[in-house]
Amino acid sequence: MNFRTFAAFVGPSVFMMLLFIAFPLISVFKQSFYVTQPIYETVEVETCTPGFLTQTCVTEEKSIPKLDEHGEIITQTRFVGLESYRNVLEPERAWRAISEGSWSVLSAINFWKALRFTLTFTLITLPLVVGFGLAIAIVINNAAQAIRGPVIFVSLLPFIITPVIGALSINWLFRGDGVLTAMLEWWLNRDIALFAQAWTIELLMMLYRVWHVAPFAAIVFYAGLQTVNQDSLESAVIDGASRWQRLKYIVIPHLMPLIIFVSMIHLMDAYRVFEEIVGFSSQGYVISLQWLTYDFLVPDQAGNRSISRASASAMLTMVGIVILLIAPLRRTWRDHKGGH
Amino acid sequence: MSSRALRQPLGLRLTSNFFLAFWCLVAAFPIFWITVMSFKSPVDAFDGNALNVIFGPATLATGKGISILDILMGIAVLWVTARLATKTLPEMVKSYTRPGQAWFGWIIGGLVLVLGFLLVFFIVLPAVLNVLNPLFGPLGRDVMGLTTEHYKTVWIDRGFSNNFKNSLIVTAGVVTVSLTVGTLAGYGLARSGSTLAFWILIVALVFRALPHSVLVAGYLPVFINSAEWLRPILGENAPTLYGKPFAVIAVLVAINQPFTIWMLRSFFQNIPAELDEAARVDGCNHFQAFRRVIMPVMWPGVITTGLFSFLLAYNDFLVTSLLLDAQNQTMVPAIAGMFNRETTTTDQVVAVAAAVSITAPLFFLVMIFQRQIVSGLTAGAVKG
Repeated sequence: MNFRTFAAFVGPSVFMMLLFIAFPLISVFKQSFYVTQPIYETVEVETCTPGFLTQTCVTEEKSIPKLDEHGEIITQTRFVGLESYRNVLEPERAWRAISEGSWSVLSAINFWKALRFTLTFTLITLPLVVGFGLAIAIVINNAAQAIRGPVIFVSLLPFIITPVIGALSINWLFRGDGVLTAMLEWWLNRDIALFAQAWTIELLMMLYRVWHVAPFAAIVFYAGLQTVNQDSLESAVIDGASRWQRLKYIVIPHLMPLIIFVSMIHLMDAYRVFEEIVGFSSQGYVISLQWLTYDFLVPDQAGNRSISRASASAMLTMVGIVILLIAPLRRTWRDHKGGH
Repeated sequence: MSSRALRQPLGLRLTSNFFLAFWCLVAAFPIFWITVMSFKSPVDAFDGNALNVIFGPATLATGKGISILDILMGIAVLWVTARLATKTLPEMVKSYTRPGQAWFGWIIGGLVLVLGFLLVFFIVLPAVLNVLNPLFGPLGRDVMGLTTEHYKTVWIDRGFSNNFKNSLIVTAGVVTVSLTVGTLAGYGLARSGSTLAFWILIVALVFRALPHSVLVAGYLPVFINSAEWLRPILGENAPTLYGKPFAVIAVLVAINQPFTIWMLRSFFQNIPAELDEAARVDGCNHFQAFRRVIMPVMWPGVITTGLFSFLLAYNDFLVTSLLLDAQNQTMVPAIAGMFNRETTTTDQVVAVAAAVSITAPLFFLVMIFQRQIVSGLTAGAVKG
């Protein structure tokens, strides 16, 4: 296939990716160094209230946004350097908190709070997803042929459900005195309020995420289990290997590429954790990095969006993605080199 | 020898099946439960006692319930529908359509079936049962509380049908555009071994990992001010891209592109290259070979990829909630707004009904396309 034909086939797709992914990235990078604000001017305003005998008049100085001839607010964009980053990171406060060793002060800063949650969330759910996925795959593979279809159907439900709705549905089971909270209370014989502190909410979010992603892992592993070499399993039996040993030395090494694949996908997706915050309405207690950017982008009461700060926090989020991707990209590169 | 040597002891088999049953329960329970909740009055829906939620005494007390007769008749109608869909419909499609046009028959047949079911289940059946219930004595007495008022509130009073229409527009647009663009690119990448193709794939992989909020931070200022900078090109009636469904379609297509081209590439690699080489020997150029030889055999891969594009567009919250304004809002952001603003329990149950309405199409999607979804999940993975 010559270059011209290749370009004709791939062109539209590459064009869309450049226009809607690469270009926004560059513009976000640029925006993070600039701030756009309305120009304010100070005017003296005299407000009079009717009183007895005479009016009471107060003169005060007010700063109001300047308007142009169409009555629209004039804005001005200026270069601020790293100020937006400083606003997001608050390095002085963070440094003081770290040197004092006080976690509660550090976690009062939104960015560090979000970073802490995003990392714990990603790292705790990872082994759970792989573990549960493997367990489900093995028991499905173990089940009678006739029930595998329906079981896979049921397993797919948590995976395809809209993330916000999935989080909400778990939320409703536990909210207030929902059925499951009532059951826990009856079982533990004490009063439980799952939405009153951060760590229980985090626990529920992780529960949701494992419920949502484990089916994906299970189906990928299940497909892998179909291709395990039966001969090596049989020879292992003849050599006297126990079930556990067969699993450990034959099945899991066979599935290793798939385990790495699922872990990579999960790391990328869990790092972007966002829908859980919406579904559990946990903004007050727990936030994630992506939610932080989202929050800056949502207009505040005055209708302003802090684009610059959002860009700064987006860029900081990107740093994590880059770190995450270095290892697999190096591996792909080596494979590519080796393949030619 | 394998069957006997590998046979498992009873204890292990029991544990394994028990775990499987437990997993199925965990997987289905939340979805089943919100469906039950959506049909009850607020008092019942958020009751701590599970039996109260299922049987709904408070709902029953307000005079809304169904009798044993209703339940039996409802199950009968569902069973007949399922039977029609799985047995009669395929036969009719086979006998009435010419080969190659079966998909057209499926669409017509499916529409007729769905409309017929809705008509019978929601209009004919309640009317018939209204007459029958008093005649059957104890069988006709209400035993289980059940109300559809929350669905009425959501779809009629809260304008959810408008959101549904917007979701439909956005998802249909995303699936069509992303498949058209992606199929071409996937084919090109699968048939070209050049370094450039490799780099495009790698960059796509990096793009796939990007948080969507990063990209939206890039779009927002541009979209809001787009009328200004589009004016020199398009003249006075240059559109503001913010709030426009077609802008969101373009954005979602682009976000989805990395995944689409990876997946379609792996499907095209499974189609033997000899096929298009033979066509080229017979005098086709690349595009003709693609249109005449590859297109007829690529549909399984395209359908699978289309399903995942559909899921991405349908499930998206972040992009649509930030880039669409209120009257063009899709379903998922609309429900989040509903849930955050209102606090009374009635509103909560209304939100539950909305959530079930959003989930129902997905449920049927899995039912029909289970095999394609599974093959899509494993396609990229098994080859590593």
